[in-house]
Amino acid sequence: MSRTRHGEPRRRRRSPQHVASRLLAGSVLTVFVVFFVLPVLWLLLAATKTDQQLVHDNPLTFGSWHAFKANWHALTAFQDNAILLWLRNSAVYAAISLVITLCLAIPAGYALAMTEFRGRRTLLIATLVVMLMPNATLVVPLFLELNAVHLIGTMWSIILPYSFYPFGVYLTYIYFTTAVPKDLLAAARMDGCSEFGVFRHIALPLATPVIALVGFFSFVANWTNYFLPYVMLPDSDQMPIQVGVGSLLSNVPSFNPTVGTLAIQRPQLALATLVAITPVLVVFLFAQRFLVSGMLAGATKE
Amino acid sequence: MTLTPSSAGSVRGRPRGTSRQSRAGVAFVAGYVLLLVAFGVLPTCYAIYFAFTDAGGAFTGISNFVTTAQDFRFVDSLSHVALYLVFWLVSLVVFVVVLALLLHKLSLGPLSQALRFLYYIPGALAGAASVLVWLFMLDPTVSPVSSLLETLGFHTFGEVIAPGNLALLFTIIAFWTGAGGWIVVMYGALNNIPKDVMEAARIDGANGWQTAWRVQIPMLRKWIVYMVILAFAGGAQLFVEPQLLSLASTGVAGRDYSLNQLTYDFAFQMNNINGAAAVSVELLVVSVSVAGVFVARSGFFDAD
Repeated sequence: MSRTRHGEPRRRRRSPQHVASRLLAGSVLTVFVVFFVLPVLWLLLAATKTDQQLVHDNPLTFGSWHAFKANWHALTAFQDNAILLWLRNSAVYAAISLVITLCLAIPAGYALAMTEFRGRRTLLIATLVVMLMPNATLVVPLFLELNAVHLIGTMWSIILPYSFYPFGVYLTYIYFTTAVPKDLLAAARMDGCSEFGVFRHIALPLATPVIALVGFFSFVANWTNYFLPYVMLPDSDQMPIQVGVGSLLSNVPSFNPTVGTLAIQRPQLALATLVAITPVLVVFLFAQRFLVSGMLAGATKE
Repeated sequence: MTLTPSSAGSVRGRPRGTSRQSRAGVAFVAGYVLLLVAFGVLPTCYAIYFAFTDAGGAFTGISNFVTTAQDFRFVDSLSHVALYLVFWLVSLVVFVVVLALLLHKLSLGPLSQALRFLYYIPGALAGAASVLVWLFMLDPTVSPVSSLLETLGFHTFGEVIAPGNLALLFTIIAFWTGAGGWIVVMYGALNNIPKDVMEAARIDGANGWQTAWRVQIPMLRKWIVYMVILAFAGGAQLFVEPQLLSLASTGVAGRDYSLNQLTYDFAFQMNNINGAAAVSVELLVVSVSVAGVFVARSGFFDAD
């Protein structure tokens, strides 16, 4: 590359036109920062205010710790600690599904990638198709099916469907085909290792990243699911937090003027929303690196 | 088309180990296959059975499909979802690609990573939480952007959630939670474009726009397709947004807005399980066809 060619763009970079376009690009990026961050910031601050302050104060000011505590007490008083019960329900549902998902998806993805058996290709294609299907279309049919076996109203009516996680199987499959050489497994077999031994002692220790990844996606998907538990577990005692917090809406006077003395104020609803998302937010902060590589890996083998 | 028969696995398999391996493979997938049948195949069959029968179990042909299609809400909810999908997919593609290109072009170093993370945080609020947050954002009495809403001519929450605005509002909510992850992915894909390709474009005298339009966007194509297909799958199941909105507006806005709400109403409000199954089957046919075509044609999923 010649010197003049190299120098040319550098000169262009300093031209007023170029500065202007950088400024424009920078302001577009900034506008979107405001769009993405402002609602989160508002939500954090809203939980520290009284309903009065929420309406009359500057939206982006801190209320008081006192109001925050009062909101917390009012929120937990609703239906006698309902919010904590919902939180516990969500944790139980997400945790059990997570364990079952990992126990089934990891071996399945491994087998699809590393072993040969009849129907392997069919299973792989079926997995892909189901993975790309919107799962909500199956909610009503699932209800009919689970109703026939009398599981509606039990926690298994959502835990079992949650545990079926084709995306996790596909991620595991991709991981093993790209990251683990087949020769390694062949060597272990030569040494007399059983098939289960190969999986347990060779493949599984190598699979830690993909286990974390599948666990992360499965946890977030199940924690934030609304439609399935809304249909399967209509009883307030069994609701996961997403559905529970949604049900609070009809107890907020500014949205539903007919509610009586059991009212929830808007800052308490904001606090409930914060409570509902905190576990996912924490997982997000810790797993951001995983997630990026996972979303990339989920689609390609390159 | 990448769905060509595997060569690596089967040919290399050792004759002695094959049957042992085959048995083990079946054992490893058994649990998953059980769930696939129970929660993928069986509900599909169940839905088909119910869609073609009546409450007594007698075969009724397509009458459930005709009845539901004639329901006064059906065409409305179908067009709602279609309009929403158009808004959602177009805005997603345009803004995600533009933002990723700008982030990449400006090469801001560590600031770029911070920006990507900020864009991506609302993803933690997926589902009901995002709807609740936006109910507040759209209520002029408490919204931090109430002056913006006022400028646009909205003075009450009721005016904001007028039926004509809903597709746009749901698009904003979906974009807010979903776009950040995709910006991160697109940015990663841009980074994967070989340096010499970019260099060649520059030497040929291409400016920023030309490089983006002629080189970068074509090389992002398969990522864009992947994003659109997953966003389509997510968007077609619109439920929680209109459902919560109808709670918040005591049924004024968002009731029977989407097809999934309609199946819910058929099944649980009108006790018409067969009608609900018919709508589910229609949704299934559309989504399985889209997924099937995509898997077979895009060359994107490597089923080796």
